[in-house]
Amino acid sequence: MRRRLPLAAFVVLLGLGPLVLPEYHVTLLNYAGLSAIVALGLVLLTGVGGLTSFGQAAFVGLGAYTTAWLTTRHGVSPWLTLPIGLLLTAAVALAIGLITLRMGGHYLPLATIAWGISFYFLFGNAEQLGGHTGISNIPALSLLGWELRSGRALYYLVWLVVLLAVAGLGNLLDSREGRALRALRGGAVMAESCGVDTPRAKAIAFLLAALLASTSGWLYAHLQRFVNPSPFSLNQGIEYLFMAVVGGAGHAWGAVLGAGLVTLLKAWLQDLLPRLLGQSGSFETIVFGVAMVVILQLARGGLWPLLLAPGPERARRRGLAPAGLLPRRPASVPGTVLLEASGVTKRFGGLLANDGMSLTVRAGEVLALIGPNGAGKSTLFDCLSAVSPPTSGTIRFRGEPTAAMAARQLARRGMGRTFQHVRLLGRMSVLENVAIGAHARGRRGVVAAALRLDRAEERLLLAEAAHQLERVGLSAHLFDDAGSLSLGQQRLVEIARALASDPWLLLLDEPAAGLRHQEKQALAALLRRLRAEGMGILLVEHDVEFVMELADRVVVMDFGAAIAEGRPDVVQRDPRVLEAYLGGAVGA
Amino acid sequence: MDSQILLLLGQDGVTNGAIYALLALALVLVFSATRIIFIPQGEFVAYGALTLAGLQAGQVPGTLWLLLALGAGVAVLDGVRLVGDRRFTALPRLVLLRVGLPLLLAALLRAAPAAQWPQALQVLLTMAIVVPLGPLLYRLAYQPLAGASVLVLLIVSVALHLALVGLGLLFFGAEGSRTPPFTEASLTVAGAPLQGQAILVVVASALLMAALYLFFERSIHGKALRATTMNRTGARLMGIRPASSGQLSLTLAAAIGAASGVLIAPLTTIYYDTGFMIGLKGFVGAIVGGLGSYPVAALGAVLVGLLEAYSSFHASAYKEVIVFTLIIPVLLWRSLTSRTVEEEEE
Repeated sequence: MRRRLPLAAFVVLLGLGPLVLPEYHVTLLNYAGLSAIVALGLVLLTGVGGLTSFGQAAFVGLGAYTTAWLTTRHGVSPWLTLPIGLLLTAAVALAIGLITLRMGGHYLPLATIAWGISFYFLFGNAEQLGGHTGISNIPALSLLGWELRSGRALYYLVWLVVLLAVAGLGNLLDSREGRALRALRGGAVMAESCGVDTPRAKAIAFLLAALLASTSGWLYAHLQRFVNPSPFSLNQGIEYLFMAVVGGAGHAWGAVLGAGLVTLLKAWLQDLLPRLLGQSGSFETIVFGVAMVVILQLARGGLWPLLLAPGPERARRRGLAPAGLLPRRPASVPGTVLLEASGVTKRFGGLLANDGMSLTVRAGEVLALIGPNGAGKSTLFDCLSAVSPPTSGTIRFRGEPTAAMAARQLARRGMGRTFQHVRLLGRMSVLENVAIGAHARGRRGVVAAALRLDRAEERLLLAEAAHQLERVGLSAHLFDDAGSLSLGQQRLVEIARALASDPWLLLLDEPAAGLRHQEKQALAALLRRLRAEGMGILLVEHDVEFVMELADRVVVMDFGAAIAEGRPDVVQRDPRVLEAYLGGAVGA
Repeated sequence: MDSQILLLLGQDGVTNGAIYALLALALVLVFSATRIIFIPQGEFVAYGALTLAGLQAGQVPGTLWLLLALGAGVAVLDGVRLVGDRRFTALPRLVLLRVGLPLLLAALLRAAPAAQWPQALQVLLTMAIVVPLGPLLYRLAYQPLAGASVLVLLIVSVALHLALVGLGLLFFGAEGSRTPPFTEASLTVAGAPLQGQAILVVVASALLMAALYLFFERSIHGKALRATTMNRTGARLMGIRPASSGQLSLTLAAAIGAASGVLIAPLTTIYYDTGFMIGLKGFVGAIVGGLGSYPVAALGAVLVGLLEAYSSFHASAYKEVIVFTLIIPVLLWRSLTSRTVEEEEE
C-alpha cells in the first residue's frame, strides 16, 4: 500500500491542477501530457526494446493531420478520426518496420530520420493540407454534448490518456509478450531459441510507440484547433527522444518526468536565451543537445532511477497462485529418430569449423558430443538449432528439413537448447527468465496483456516455470535476479528454460560446467528421468565421468569432424580419441 | 526537357554527387572504425562554408570561439588526469595547444582581419579552425561512451547535431552565405556551359579520395585505422588505442566535411542548417553501400546527386521526399537478403 501512496498523491495533485493554476501553466501541463504520451512509446521502444526512433513527431503529425483534414474538409466526427488516424499510423509504422527491423538495430532510427524529414516536406508542400500554413478551424471535441473547448477542459482527457498509457505499459511488460519485448535488448538470440519471433516483437514495440504518438497528435489537433507541419519536424522528434532519455527510458514514469521537465525547461529557455543572446531563434536546442550528451555520460538510465531509492522496482515476490497445467506434447515413442544431420559443413571464411558432420539422436537416448576445445561442438549446436545455418549438408528434425527454418520455428516444433555462454536476462527474475521458455505455449497477445485479460494463462505459464525450476533444484531462487546466481546455477536456469518449452529434443551445451559434485549428481538424475520419459538429449560436455555415466552413445569430434562414435566404454579406448585428447603421441 | 537542360542537370547532379560521395566515405569510415553513426557530419560542411564566408567578411568566426571552448573543456578533462598522474610537466603544453592556440588565432584575426588575405590562406585558416572540432568533439562527447551500444552512440550523434545546428544559428545568423568562386573559368560542352567551379569540385573530390586511399594503403596511421575497422578487438590487442582511432577518424571526417563546405560554398547558398540535409544525402549513399563498402557508398552518393538534380526539375517541391524514399528499396533489398538474428549489445 505504501508504494501506491506517491501515485495517489500525484493523481490528486494532477486533478487539482486546473482548478488552481493560471491558464499558462495549464497549457504547459497539457503540452507536457501530450509529450509524455509520445515519450511513453519511446520507453517501450528504446528503454525496453533497445531500438529507437527519431520520427515519432511525424507519427504525431499523422494523427493530427488525419483528424484535422477529415473533420474540417469532410465533417467527420473526431471520435471516428481517432481510429482512422491509428489505422493509418499502423500502416506506415508496419511498412517502415517491415523494411528495417530485420536488419541491425541502427537501420530503424536511420529510416525514421528519413521518414521524419519526408513527412515534413510532404505535408508542407501538399496543397490539400494547407501547405506550410496548415489547417485551421478544427472543431473541439465534445463528450456527451459537453464541448471540450478550453485547455482546462481538455486537460483531464489528456492526463487520463497519460495515466492509462502508463498503466497499460506496466501491465504489458509484466506478461508473456512483455517478457519477449524485454528480451529484445541483449537477449534476441536466446529469445529466438525459445520460439519468440523477435522481428515481430520489435515490430510490436515500434507499432505501439507509433500508435501512442498518433493518439497524442489527435489530442493535439483538438487542443490547438490548428495544425501546420512545423511541430512535427525532425527536431521535435529528437526532442521526444530527449524527454525519454532525460527522464529514464527504462521506466514509464521516467517518460512522464522527462516530458514534464523538458516542456518546462523549453518554455523557460525559449524566453530566456534569445534575450540573453540578443537574437531570436530556437537556441534551446544547444542546451538540450549538450544536456542529452551529459546525461548519457553520467546517468545513462536517466533521472527517474536517481529519484527512486535503489532497490527492486516491482513487488516481485508475489505469491504464485495455484494453477492447472499447460497442455503437453504427446511423448515420443522411444527409438524414433528425432534429429538427423548428415554432411553438415560450416565455414567461416577460410576456417572450416564443421566438416561433414553426421549424427542421429533418437527419442529416449542421451547422445554425448565430446571433443577438445575448438573441435566445433558449439558451432554444430548452432547449426542444429538453426541459430546459424550450415554452409552445406542437411538437417532433419522429426523428418522435416530445417534448412529454411529460423531458430524460433525449430523451437516451436519441439527443440529446446541451452547455450555454452549462458544467455539470461540478468536483471529479470529467474522465474521470468524461465517463463520465456514457455513463450510458445501461450497465445494471449499485447492487448489482452495491457488490459490484464491474460491472467489465467499467465498463471499457467508462471506455474510451469516454477515447476521446471523445482525440477532443477532452484525453487529457493524464483524471485532472485538471474544475474545474481552463480554460473552453475545459471546453467540450471537455462535447462529449466529449455524444459519449459516442453521439448521433444533437448540440446545441452556444457550443462555441468561450474556445478558442484552434488549438483552434477542431481542433474544426471534429472536427465535420466527425462530420458525415461522419452526425451532425446544431445549433450556437449567436458566432464568425462559425467558423460560416460550418462550417455548411451558418444560422438567424438576433432577439427570439425567426427573421429569416433559408439558406446561410451568402447569410445573411451579408441586410439584416435586418446590421441585427440592427449596430443600427438602416436608418432612420438 | 532538351539535351541542354539534361546536361545542365547532369552537371549539377555530378557536382553535388561528388560532395555526397565524399561525405558518404567519411560516414562509412567513422562508422566502421568507431561504430558511431556520425549524424553531425553535415554540420562540418556548413561550418566550413560559413567560417570561410565569415573570414572573407572580415569577422572572427564563431567557430573559433567554439574551438576555444571545446579546447578548454578538453584541457580541463585531460589536465585533471595529468595532475592525478602527477605529470605536471605536460600541463603547459596541453594548455598552450588547447587554449593558447585558438586565443592567438583570435587575437591575430582581430588585429588583421582575414578579408584581404589570399583565398588559399583563408581556406587554410578555415580548415585550421574547423577540422580540430572533430577530434575535440570525439574526446568530449564520444570517448567517455566508447564502450556503449551503437544506439547510445547514435543518440549522442543526434544530440550533437541538435547542439551544433543551434550553435550555427548563434554564430552565423539565419542569413545564408555564398563565397566567391575559386575560378571564374567556364567552358561550353555540347552547347551547355560548364562551370569551372563545378569541375574543380569534382576534381578536388577525386583527389581527396585518392589521398584517402593512399593514406589507408601507405601510412602507418591509415593502416592502424583500417585494422580497427576490420577487427576492433584484434586491433586493440595489437596496441592500437581505440581512442586514437576514434580521434583520427573524426579528424578525417571533419576535414572531409569542412573541405566539402569550402568547395560548394561558391555554388550554392549555405545556411546554418543546410549541412544536415547535405550530410543526410551522403548518408543515403552510405546506406546504399550498407555502411560498409567504400566504392558502393560513393557510387550510391553520385546516384543520389543525379536523382536529386533531375527530380528538382520535375517535382522540385518534393525533391527531398524523392531522395529520401530512395533508401526504401535499398533497405528493403538489404532486409530481404539478411537472415540471421543479430544480437544487440547491451
